[in-house]
Amino acid sequence: MQLVAENLVLERGNRKVANDVSFTLEGGSGLVLTGPNGSGKSTLLRALAGYLRPASGSVRILDVSGSNGGTGESCEVGEVCHFVGHLDGIKSHLTAAENLTFWATYLSDKADSGHSVAHRVYDALEVFALDALADIPAGYMSAGQKRRLGLARLLVAHRPLWLLDEPTVSLDTGSADILVKAINRHLRDGGMAIVATHLPLAIEPARGISLVRKEAQA
Amino acid sequence: MSAFLALLKRDLMLSVRQGGALGTALGFYMLVVTLLPLGLGQDLNLLSRIAPGILWIALLLAALLSLGRVFSSDHEDGTLDVLATGRMPLEMVVGAKALAHWISTGIPLALTAPVLGLMLNLDIAVYPLLMATMLVGTPAVSFIGAVGAALTLRSYRGGLLIALLVLPLYVPTLIFGMAAVNGLLGVSGTSAAMLILAALSLTSVVLCPFAAAAALRVQMQ
Repeated sequence: MQLVAENLVLERGNRKVANDVSFTLEGGSGLVLTGPNGSGKSTLLRALAGYLRPASGSVRILDVSGSNGGTGESCEVGEVCHFVGHLDGIKSHLTAAENLTFWATYLSDKADSGHSVAHRVYDALEVFALDALADIPAGYMSAGQKRRLGLARLLVAHRPLWLLDEPTVSLDTGSADILVKAINRHLRDGGMAIVATHLPLAIEPARGISLVRKEAQA
Repeated sequence: MSAFLALLKRDLMLSVRQGGALGTALGFYMLVVTLLPLGLGQDLNLLSRIAPGILWIALLLAALLSLGRVFSSDHEDGTLDVLATGRMPLEMVVGAKALAHWISTGIPLALTAPVLGLMLNLDIAVYPLLMATMLVGTPAVSFIGAVGAALTLRSYRGGLLIALLVLPLYVPTLIFGMAAVNGLLGVSGTSAAMLILAALSLTSVVLCPFAAAAALRVQMQ
């Protein structure tokens, strides 16, 4: 798998937030987005996930796996990505296990058929140290626990591409380490990850793209 | 298909857990129907003549109350973004959520109508037909309403705007719902009106998800 972004120009309310961004991300490697507030990290991630239509340029996922170079077919990024934004995507009236069970069923893919939904949910809860909270409604959890529950979604269904927008917000250092380990394991398994962050995260192997804030254009 | 069922099940589970939406809709429905006879006086013949109309209009207003939350609660906690990724098209997401709204609001409102009909001196012979028209007509209420909910997703005081957008679109459903009931009361043919009512519901079930999904894509930018 390969993610190709070509000459992306992104606009927010007639203001250019990203100008001519191009990169290629191979399977097994990560990309770290840095830059000050308002430099367009979230906008770029939302455009990659397909929520925001670029003013010009394109984003494609190419299937280049296998010895013969794969099928070379491209598909929608939204279908093969996990998107973790500023909000956790957690229902406060459902318990932690119910939240994850829903996402595991909703997002499950052909690649997940080897394991049952309950098995995947249990594993994900255990990785993010939430197994003791499985039957507690998410509304009673702390911000950091909710965040971990939101991140546990990454593990209940397989997606080649992870798009993470400041995933360490409200995480303690131990939980941030768990997340970095999960990202690195995903990369070792041939996945891709794009992470917007303000903290230095030990993601290997990863390149960096630093975005700069554009001044308002008339 | 499992994703569709998972979303439908989750929405129904949430509507039971949260409780507020159905309770508010049913309470509003009962209050409106209770207030009208108090305003209109004790003319029982008048009441029984206009009862089906009162019940239908009050049902539309009560269903509107809960429409505003169909997408906004998922939008506020970031769930909608995640629902939009994945293999299921956004049109199916809209379909599952509108179907959940029909099951959790439309059906209970339709089933409550006979209880309220008692207060309006409605002829008991009309109850089965009235409930049938409501059960056949309310899918249109939920699916057309989903378009309004999607359009007003990010607008402040979206609830009032939904009423302005959606109530005019309920006119055909109301007209043919009433025509079907009046057919039994001896005004015109019931079956023709009932078929048109079913056609309205089926058409909105097919077309409205596309309109609502298009509106959601714009709102999520």
